[in-house]
Amino acid sequence: MIQTFFNPEIIAASWPIVLAGLRNTVLLSLLVVPLGLIGGLILALLATVKAPAVRWALMAWVDFFRAFPPLVLLILLFAGLPFAGLELGGFVCVAIAFFLNTGAYYGEILRAGIDSVPAGQLEAARSTGLSRLQALTWVVLPQAVRNVLPDLLSNTLEVVKLTALGSVVAAPELLYQARQAQSLTYSPTPIVVAAIIYFLMLWPVVRLLSRLENRALAAR
Amino acid sequence: MSNWTRFVETFLNTTVMRRYLPDILAGVAVTIELALLVVVTGIAAGLALALLRSLGIRPLNWLIVGVVDLFRSLPPLVVIVLIYFGLPSVDLSPSGFVSTWLSLALVLMAFAEEIFWAGITSVAKGQWEAARSTGLSFGQALVSVVLPQALRLTIPPLTNRTIAITKGTALGSVVAVTEILGQASSAMSNSYNPSPLMLGAAAYLVLFFPVVVAGRWVETRFAWKR
Repeated sequence: MIQTFFNPEIIAASWPIVLAGLRNTVLLSLLVVPLGLIGGLILALLATVKAPAVRWALMAWVDFFRAFPPLVLLILLFAGLPFAGLELGGFVCVAIAFFLNTGAYYGEILRAGIDSVPAGQLEAARSTGLSRLQALTWVVLPQAVRNVLPDLLSNTLEVVKLTALGSVVAAPELLYQARQAQSLTYSPTPIVVAAIIYFLMLWPVVRLLSRLENRALAAR
Repeated sequence: MSNWTRFVETFLNTTVMRRYLPDILAGVAVTIELALLVVVTGIAAGLALALLRSLGIRPLNWLIVGVVDLFRSLPPLVVIVLIYFGLPSVDLSPSGFVSTWLSLALVLMAFAEEIFWAGITSVAKGQWEAARSTGLSFGQALVSVVLPQALRLTIPPLTNRTIAITKGTALGSVVAVTEILGQASSAMSNSYNPSPLMLGAAAYLVLFFPVVVAGRWVETRFAWKR
């Protein structure tokens, strides 16, 4: 069993490959989390415009990307766009797909956060002479973010886990590298190692989330 | 040929679409089958774990929390790959379909357990005590008093999570499951044309858009009262 799934020699041999994957997963996460946050912030700020046309358009946009599996979006960009003469690399496709997909999720969370800030806050800020954008940025958003911090963190965890999709479009992240090592060594050990790395990396976040959720429940 | 007609010829080619429509529809059937299996078994297993956890047996609870944390930390695709490529080494060779089903059900189980458990613990202690003091057994109090209140609270978060995980059925295409994306990808490489992929994308929208809209409705209908 250990010889198959946790073979020390194979771990040693495949370690550099897997490690390079880990580095890329971290880099990819550092790229796509801010991208998704920016996308979400744009959506949430647009949602403060109360015109019905804007609201309907936003809801359709968000629901569209929530209904669309991220892998399908990724494949569409990676395998579909070359037919239009646009050949983007795996990394770029992942970045665009995440901007669209996770942006929709972050947008919903931030919108809920902004909704949770009493309207009087915006009105008071405006009455002191701040412009609408200034009032949103300096008064409403900080309170909004604090109110939905657990949800933001939970979504960020999902985004980091989602970077494993990069393996399908040959972005050399952790899962892709582990599968390369697996086919070189004919052993599932590298995939087990990758799974352990994911677990060790993300488990603290899962624990923290559980505690935050419990605290939110206790406060109800 | 104008750019627009070339675009339509390439991405919305009706001849190609008509030829591969049966394949895509077969994929839709597989996706629905897989999704229903995942939802039913995942939620049932999650509820079972949450109920086991309410018994308060220390070592058992550590085990449950450990399993739940594991499947909340691992990306679903990693679990699928692990089962599909790992298990054959011990002479178990689950098909891609079974691997995907098992993986997504385990992930949904973990999230559902957390949500059910949060619901159960959110019911005030007095409810338990009052129910027990009227002579109900532990099981009766759980089923007739605590669960009905707990389940109502769990509906919005559980709906959202279930939709998100069900979309993961597309991951099955990585391990050769002939669901929508798998069918669309192979049709694309057979026809050298991306139209089947557009068709598959449309199929996902037809399938999941109503679910997302219904989820939005459920979310407001059963919203947590703050």
